[in-house]
Amino acid sequence: MSSATLTETPQQAERAETIYEKSVPGRRAAQLPPSGVGETPIEELIPAGLLRETPAELPEVSEPEIIRHYNRLSRRNFDLDTGFYPLGSCTMKYNPRLNERVAALPGNARLHPAAEPEDAQGALELMYLLQESLGEICGLPHVSLQPSAGSQGELAGLLLTRAYHADRGRNPRKVLTPDTAHGTNPASVTMAGYEVVKVATNEDGGVDIDDLRSKVDEDVACLMLTNPNTLGVFDSNIVEIAGLVHDAGGLLYYDGANLNAIMGQARPGDMGFDIVHVNLHKSFSQPHGGGGPGAGPIAVSDRVEPFIPRPQVVRVADGEGGWKYDLDEDRPKSIGRMRGFQGNFGVFVRSYAYILSLGGDGLSEASRLAVLNANYLKQRLSEGRAGKYLPVGFDRHCMHEFVLSGAPMKKQLGIRTLDLAKRLLDFGFHPPTVYFPLLVDEALMVEPVETESKEVLDSFADAIEKILEEAERDPAIATEAPYTTPVRRLDEVAASRNPVIRQPKPE
Amino acid sequence: MAGYTPATGPDREAMLDAIGVDSIDQLFEQVPEEVRLNRPLALEDGLSESEVYSRMAELASKNRNPEGDPGFLGAGMYDHYVPAIVDAITSRSEFLTPYTPYQPEVSQGGLQVMFEFQTAMSEITGLPVSNAGLYEGPSAAASAAYLAMAVTGRNGLVASRGIHPHSRETLATHAVGFGAELSEVGLEDGLTDAAALEAAIGEDTAAVFLQNPNFLGSVEDIARLGEFASARGALVVVAVDPMTLGVLRPPGECGADIAFGEGQPLGNRLDFGGPSFGFFCAREEYLRKMPGRIAGQTEDVDGRRGFVLALQTREQHIRREKATSNICTSQALNALAGVIHLSWLGKAGFVEIGEMLARRTAFARRRIAAIDGFELLHDAPVVREFAVRSTSVPVEALRSGADATGSRLQVYPLGRDYPEFEDGFLVALTEQRDVKDIEWLCAALERSAAAGASEPATSSGAAGTQTPPADTAAPKLRLAS
Repeated sequence: MSSATLTETPQQAERAETIYEKSVPGRRAAQLPPSGVGETPIEELIPAGLLRETPAELPEVSEPEIIRHYNRLSRRNFDLDTGFYPLGSCTMKYNPRLNERVAALPGNARLHPAAEPEDAQGALELMYLLQESLGEICGLPHVSLQPSAGSQGELAGLLLTRAYHADRGRNPRKVLTPDTAHGTNPASVTMAGYEVVKVATNEDGGVDIDDLRSKVDEDVACLMLTNPNTLGVFDSNIVEIAGLVHDAGGLLYYDGANLNAIMGQARPGDMGFDIVHVNLHKSFSQPHGGGGPGAGPIAVSDRVEPFIPRPQVVRVADGEGGWKYDLDEDRPKSIGRMRGFQGNFGVFVRSYAYILSLGGDGLSEASRLAVLNANYLKQRLSEGRAGKYLPVGFDRHCMHEFVLSGAPMKKQLGIRTLDLAKRLLDFGFHPPTVYFPLLVDEALMVEPVETESKEVLDSFADAIEKILEEAERDPAIATEAPYTTPVRRLDEVAASRNPVIRQPKPE
Repeated sequence: MAGYTPATGPDREAMLDAIGVDSIDQLFEQVPEEVRLNRPLALEDGLSESEVYSRMAELASKNRNPEGDPGFLGAGMYDHYVPAIVDAITSRSEFLTPYTPYQPEVSQGGLQVMFEFQTAMSEITGLPVSNAGLYEGPSAAASAAYLAMAVTGRNGLVASRGIHPHSRETLATHAVGFGAELSEVGLEDGLTDAAALEAAIGEDTAAVFLQNPNFLGSVEDIARLGEFASARGALVVVAVDPMTLGVLRPPGECGADIAFGEGQPLGNRLDFGGPSFGFFCAREEYLRKMPGRIAGQTEDVDGRRGFVLALQTREQHIRREKATSNICTSQALNALAGVIHLSWLGKAGFVEIGEMLARRTAFARRRIAAIDGFELLHDAPVVREFAVRSTSVPVEALRSGADATGSRLQVYPLGRDYPEFEDGFLVALTEQRDVKDIEWLCAALERSAAAGASEPATSSGAAGTQTPPADTAAPKLRLAS
């Protein structure tokens, strides 16, 4: 028995047990209604050769056991409602409960996706209003809500790029992405059949214009950019960058992951972008759900509009002086569907409720406060030990997030960014994004968001100070952390070397 | 604006002081003047919570009343009863509000749910490995195509016309990016045309896409159809409706290499089409090529059992342009709803609900086929949904209430996706549609047919007696006996 076991918390002492391990033959939760049409043997309805012979090994548990099992599991999660969650580029802002309530209204929640448009006028109107709102925020005239997530929005955008060029008889093969780009960008480029060409970053954290100029030619289909980028830096050369790409016949794609910095301040469309994806689960408060659902609508310019996915929600005169809403399938140049039905409508409801709650004034204020909070926390972390061991990657005012380098900490204290992150867990904080972006050594990417108070930011800065102070005395405190979490540091290498990814079948 | 931001005036001043600037505007100086908006957004000002609620409730009230006449729409998403414990658990902050479990020590709940989900999906599909979930059904078809092309080095995709039309169109959209050649095999008597399928598979075929039950509701003989593909070295990819797998032979026992599908029937409400989850299961040898998140079991430094995201070197945040997929969400909350529903049904209930669906479906099919003016589109075996042909009134009239009875029936018009079945529609059953509802539907159809017989059909749709459009070759169909 290791020494840690002797001091383990009650939660640590409770070993993980799956629902399958709680199964007892004969127990059950569901009571189903009778068929009401007799108990015809199933073999008389469907040929025996097409039928299942052995039942699936699903658990045999009663309803109270299910509730207790998942409640206990839930307490083994850290969540945004419990504490600060400054994950960079993830925009972990408060998820208003009002939005859950309105998404669950029966008229929304029980609406079948194949309902006649006449039976779904409220849903289609809501989608239309959301399209219009996102178009205004992005500064682009057309919006497709269909993509399921940011990465699907990216892929849709790249397929739009392909369709746009093909329509002009062109077939460029390259897509430019900065070396600071989110990993989804290059992955989406490959899936769209393009070749990734990386563009270097200059000393200010923006696109290296000379490098860009040397790589822009007629074989460039588009440039994918996040602005502000993953360093939290707004690229002041954006107009020149847009001009270079447009002059060569390419399109500009905006990764909207960082839109929370600039709502109501500046718009991607006004910067020259042709296609933008918006993460409704970031800037527009859809809860992340532990890894989905989200939605990744795309806003596009006039010249890209003919190609957007179908169906598209449209508003048409109802002949009586009002409007009605419809799904337009008749879009001959469309790239087609990215997914089934109309997209993640439940997410649209929450995000539209959020837009109504904040309004144009509130969205603008949210971005300003997000930038204020980020700069304040950056300032706090430039003081004391944090300033010494965790210098900021690019020292200027940041937008909604900033990047620190743990390189001096690693060299001088012998603790890595990962160790700092794990020790933060003991202080009740979710760590920032770590080891991204790749071009900053031992990176910590911090996004404090507008819904956090000054006191929370101060307590986070204090915790980092304390961890560094501990590390000066004894680096092992951090390198062996965490101590108080439901489990301690896990062997991720073993999990990939010998993957056990399901409960073994019962003997 | 809503009270979601804590910063007071004094807070702002203190923070600006600490930063060493006079105003928030100064922080935005890096944004060049020429791209600044410099005007308010042209959106309404923020509303109070009660005002937003009223506005949203008014919009929701413009949708069809879910407590009204019974609906029989299916086509991939079904009005199943969602057990109350699903809402109770999925609305907990601890599941609702975390991000993807990048810090496993404080994400054991979510990671263990993924592990349990993978186990459940592996069990019901009969395939050894499952990921933690994908966006939804049709785009999972594209993920399967990407995997099949990677492992075979081929670029041909052959899809049965029995695959959901949205999946076929989604495949076609993605095929452009993948550089895939997509071809389609037609239906014969409601089932994938076996001879045509065999002929369509070539040396360049990476995968054959089948669906069970297919879009017309028919239970396909996957084992037989799949053999044509396997014999040519192509992968057998099968879309399945998870709610039928308590009774239907699972794809893993029919020679499938990959099974995927729309997870909505498991614990997820309709939500006008999303969010829900997709699932993706495969044979063991494809584990390291799988798209999406996968949770794996491991131990902590003290030997406690724990779970982590496994095999991340497949993924975009590590491998970037060489990743097996660009997908970085597993629809975790929707997948949680799915695994709760499956645990609630349990080993016995999962079989029982499938049998109930099959029995009610057989009953409804028999009843409707006996009504003058309606006949079966095919007589292949069905389990939860079936296709009917109207020989009396246009399907659009049934749906829009434009027939003489004014009934507005919630059935899926096949003409939307299949010009050759302009006179066809689908009827889907769930545990929420009982005998009384089926009889209500039959009575409505009887009235419509009777009214249609006395008043000639309008020109708004094609009745069964009309000639199909010239550009669509309607397959010869056997009439129900």
